[in-house]
Amino acid sequence: MSYIKKPVARHPKLKVNSLGLTVRDYEGSMSTLCAGCGHDGVTAALIQAFFELEVEPHRLAKLSGIGCSSKTPSYFVSEAHGFNAVHGRMPSVAAGANAAHRDLLYVGISGDGDSLSIGLGQFCHAIRRNVNMLYILENNGVYGLTKGQFSASADIGSTSKGGVVNRQGPIDPVNTALSLGATFVARSFSGDKDQLVPIMKSGLRHNGFAFVDVISPCVTFNDHQGSTKSYAHTRSHMHEVIETDFVPLRSEITTEYSEGSMQSVTMHDGSVVKLHKVAGEYDPTDRRAVLDYLVDVGSRGEIATGLLYLEEAGDDMHGFENTVDEPLVEIPFADLCPGSKALEEVQKEWW
Amino acid sequence: MAKDSDYGVNDLGLKIATVNGTGSASANGLLLQALFRMGIPVSGKNVFPSNIQGLPTWYEVRVNKDGYTARSPDFQLVVAMNPESYARDIEEVVSGGWVLYDNTRKLDDEFRRDDVTFLGIPLAGMCVEHFQGSRIRILMKNITYVGALVALLDIDMDVVKGMLQEKFAAKQHLMDANFTAIALGHEYAEEHFDCPLPIRLEAMDQTRDCVMVTGNAAAALGCVYAGATVGAWYPITPATSLMDGFTEYCHRFRVDPDTGKNNFCILQAEDELAAAGMVIGASWMGARAFSPTAGPGISLMSEFIGLAYYAEVPCVFFDIQRTGPSTGMPTRTQQSDLMLCAYASHGDTKHIVLFPADPKECFEFSVQAFDLAERFQTPTFVVSDLDIGMNDWMIPKLEWDDSFKPDRGKVLGADELEKAENFYRYLDLDGDHIPPRSLPGVHPKGAYFTRGSGHDKYGQYTEDSDAYVEVMDRLLAKVKSAADRVPAPEVYRTDGGLGVGIVSIGGCHWAVLEARDTFAAEGVHLDYLRIRGFPFNETVEQFLKDHDTVIVIEQNRDEQLKNLLLLETSCAKEKLQSVRYYGGQPLSKGYVIEGVTPFLTREHEEAKQ
Repeated sequence: MSYIKKPVARHPKLKVNSLGLTVRDYEGSMSTLCAGCGHDGVTAALIQAFFELEVEPHRLAKLSGIGCSSKTPSYFVSEAHGFNAVHGRMPSVAAGANAAHRDLLYVGISGDGDSLSIGLGQFCHAIRRNVNMLYILENNGVYGLTKGQFSASADIGSTSKGGVVNRQGPIDPVNTALSLGATFVARSFSGDKDQLVPIMKSGLRHNGFAFVDVISPCVTFNDHQGSTKSYAHTRSHMHEVIETDFVPLRSEITTEYSEGSMQSVTMHDGSVVKLHKVAGEYDPTDRRAVLDYLVDVGSRGEIATGLLYLEEAGDDMHGFENTVDEPLVEIPFADLCPGSKALEEVQKEWW
Repeated sequence: MAKDSDYGVNDLGLKIATVNGTGSASANGLLLQALFRMGIPVSGKNVFPSNIQGLPTWYEVRVNKDGYTARSPDFQLVVAMNPESYARDIEEVVSGGWVLYDNTRKLDDEFRRDDVTFLGIPLAGMCVEHFQGSRIRILMKNITYVGALVALLDIDMDVVKGMLQEKFAAKQHLMDANFTAIALGHEYAEEHFDCPLPIRLEAMDQTRDCVMVTGNAAAALGCVYAGATVGAWYPITPATSLMDGFTEYCHRFRVDPDTGKNNFCILQAEDELAAAGMVIGASWMGARAFSPTAGPGISLMSEFIGLAYYAEVPCVFFDIQRTGPSTGMPTRTQQSDLMLCAYASHGDTKHIVLFPADPKECFEFSVQAFDLAERFQTPTFVVSDLDIGMNDWMIPKLEWDDSFKPDRGKVLGADELEKAENFYRYLDLDGDHIPPRSLPGVHPKGAYFTRGSGHDKYGQYTEDSDAYVEVMDRLLAKVKSAADRVPAPEVYRTDGGLGVGIVSIGGCHWAVLEARDTFAAEGVHLDYLRIRGFPFNETVEQFLKDHDTVIVIEQNRDEQLKNLLLLETSCAKEKLQSVRYYGGQPLSKGYVIEGVTPFLTREHEEAKQ
C-alpha cells in the first residue's frame, strides 16, 4: 500500500526527458503486490511509456476500480491525480472526468473481475462512447484479493489452484471490444515490456478508447500447471502478430521494415504508429478479418499479441457530444449563466 | 343535493377522464392555460398510467379564487370521456354536480345517478361528421369538449381563440380544425344546456406576476443558471423531463455562437450506477455536475454516493420521488425517499438534502444545491416529487440576481499550491471541518489519491483505527455544520396558539396551508413549520420544544419525516403524532383535516365553539 515510504535515490547519469524528469519521477509508491506479480511488470512498462512520451505528471489522471489490478495506480506517477472508484465502475468515472476536462491524459487500470464481471456493462459502454483514454485490463483469470476464485476470463478446462476445473466459457475482452466497435485493441503480456511500451504510448496518443488486454499472471493463485494464464502457458502459447513502433511527432523514423509488411497510422496529434506485420496477411485495420483471425487462433489455444486493431479517424465522446474544444471546467461562470434578461424571456413562454 | 347557491364563482374542482395516447393532454393544457390567462388561480394535476396508449388517464383542474391550488378536495364537474372508467369517474362527482359525457352511445343505466346532472354531447358523432380521418377525429373530440366547457363555465372565448392562433400559427389546417371543434362543442352546449352552470368562472387579476411551470423544468433551468456543465442520467419516470428541460435550455443558452459547439455535456448513461459515476468523475475534475433520477435510481447509485461522501467529492442528485417500494406505481407521487436520501449508502453516511415545495423552490434550490455541494464537498440531494416535478404549478415569476457568484468552496489554485509547503487533502486547517481541495491538472503539488478505502487526514491509505475515526468524526461534524446553510424552515406562528404544531415537508405544504386556514376559520389556530433542508437546524429543534404536541404530516407509510425528527433532534417520541397519506395522489386538504382532527383535544373543541 501507499503508506510504505519508498526511498528516493537516483543514479546521477539517469536519462532526463525534455521536462527535466527522469524515469524515477514517474514512479509511485512501493508496490504491495506479491513478489513476481504480473501487474508490477505492467506498471514498469507504463512508467517507461510516460517517461518517453514526456507526459507532465499533473496532466495525467489515473483511475481504477477495485481488485489487485486497481491498486496499481498508486505505484506510478505520484504527481498525477488518482481515483480509486467502486468495483467495476471506473469507466463511468473516467467518462465523467473526461467530459469535464478533455485536456488531461486518462489512464484506467482494471482487472478481469473488475471489467468482465461486475463492470462488464461499464466496460462495454465506455467502448461505445469511445471515451478518450488508455484502458488497461490486467488479465489473470482469477480473483486475487478474495483468494483465487475463477474470473470470467478463465478458459474452459483451466484448473484452479485447488484442482477445480472451470467449465464455463470465458468472456474474451479483445473479441468483445472488437465486436463493440473499439477503435484501438491490443493484447500483450506483462512479461514483454518491449512490446508493451510502444503499445501503451500509441494508446495514450489514440483519440478514443485504447484498449489493452494484458495477460498478467497471478503468481499466488493462478500460476500452476493447468492454468492458461500462467507465465509458462502464456510464454509458450503467445505469438506476436503485429510489432508496434511508436514515432512521436517530429521524430525521425529509424526502424527499418521491408516494404509491404508495414502499415503506418498517423495519430490525432501527428505522431505515427508503425505496425509491422509479423504474421503474413494480417491487416490490423480490417475489423472483420481481425476478429476472424483471433477466433481461429483462439480455438487452437494460441494467444495472438500486439496492437491487433487500430482505427484513428473516428470521433471520440466529445466528437459525438459536440462539446467545445476548451475543457468545460475552464469555462468562466459568466459564460455559463444566461442571466436575468434571459430568465424573463424564458418565462414569457410559461404562459 | 346541493343548491345553486352552494356554488361560488371561481371555485371549482374539474376532473377530465380520458384514454391515454388520444391527445387529451394538449386539450387539457389549453384549458388550463385559458384559465390562467383569465387571471384566475389554477392548478392542473395529471394522473397518468405507466403506459403509452390505451389506459385510463385523468386530468384534475382546480380553480380557486382564494389561491388554494393544492389538489382539489372534491369535484363538481367530471368530463367522462372514457367508458372504461365511467363507474369510478361518475362516482366521484359531488352530489349536485355535473357529468359531461359523450352520448354518441347511450349511457348505461347502471352509471346513472339521481343526484347529479348528466350533460350528454354527441362528441364522437359530431367529429365523425365534421372531420375526415380517424386520428384527427380522435384529437378533435378532445377540443370539442373544451369548446363545451367554454360555454358551460363561461370561459373567455377570445382567450381560447388567441391561444389557438399562437399555437397553430404555422399550421393553418390544424388551426381551422381546432376552431371548428371548439365551435362545435360551444354551440351544442349553448343550445342544449342552461349555460353557464352555477360553477361558472369569471376573469380576475390574480396571475399577473405569475407563471405556470413544472418543477422539473424549473429545476432544469436552475441547473443551467447554477453553471452545471455535465449532466448524466438514465431515463426514469418522473425525472426524465428534468433532463429534457436541461437539454432544451442548454441548446438555447449554452451553444457557442462562433463554433456551434456545446458548453455542456449531457451523457445518457447505461444505468444509474454509471450516471452517478459520471457525475462524480466530472465533479472530481471541478465541474458542476448532476444527475436527475427517482427512488430506484438512488438505490442503484447508493454505493457511489458513499464513495462521494467518504472521498468528499461534491455532486448533486435530484430525486423526483414516485410511489415505491420497488417499481411501485411509477406514475404516482409519494414522499417515501426521505430516509433513503438522508442516509444513502452503506456504512455511516449522512447527506445534505433540500426539499422544495413548488417549482419556484425547485429553481432556487437547484442553484443552492450546487453551492452547498461545493462548499461542503459532499453529495447534495434535491428531493422533489412527481406532483411538483411533472404537474403545472402557478408560481410567482422567477427572479435572478445578476451579481450572483457561485460558491465554489475551498479550491486551491495553482498559485496557492505553489506557495504551500505541502498539501494534504483531508487536513482541516481552520477548524471548520472542511479541508481545501485541489483539482486535477492544476499543479503537481495538488496531486492526491481519491479513494473510498480507509484514509487518514493526510489522504493516505490507512487501516489504523484512530486515523480512520478522526476522519469519520470530522465528516460528521462537517455535514452537521451544513444545518445553518441549508434553506431554513418556514415557520407560521399564530397568536394564542394551542400548543399544537404541525410539521410538514415538500409538496404537502399547499394542502396543509389550506387545511390550517380552514381550522383557523373555526377558531382552531395551529402553528406550522415546513422543513426545507436537512440536517435540521436549531429552529426545528426549538419548534418541537415549543409545542406539547407536534403533528407530522407526510406522504409515506413509515412516518419517515417523523422518524428523521426523532433521530436527529432531542424531541421526545410521545410528543410526535403522525398524519400520513401514501396512496399516490397529491395531498388534498381533506386528508389533512381528517388526519389532524383526532389529535385536537377538548380545549380545541371548545375553542371552536
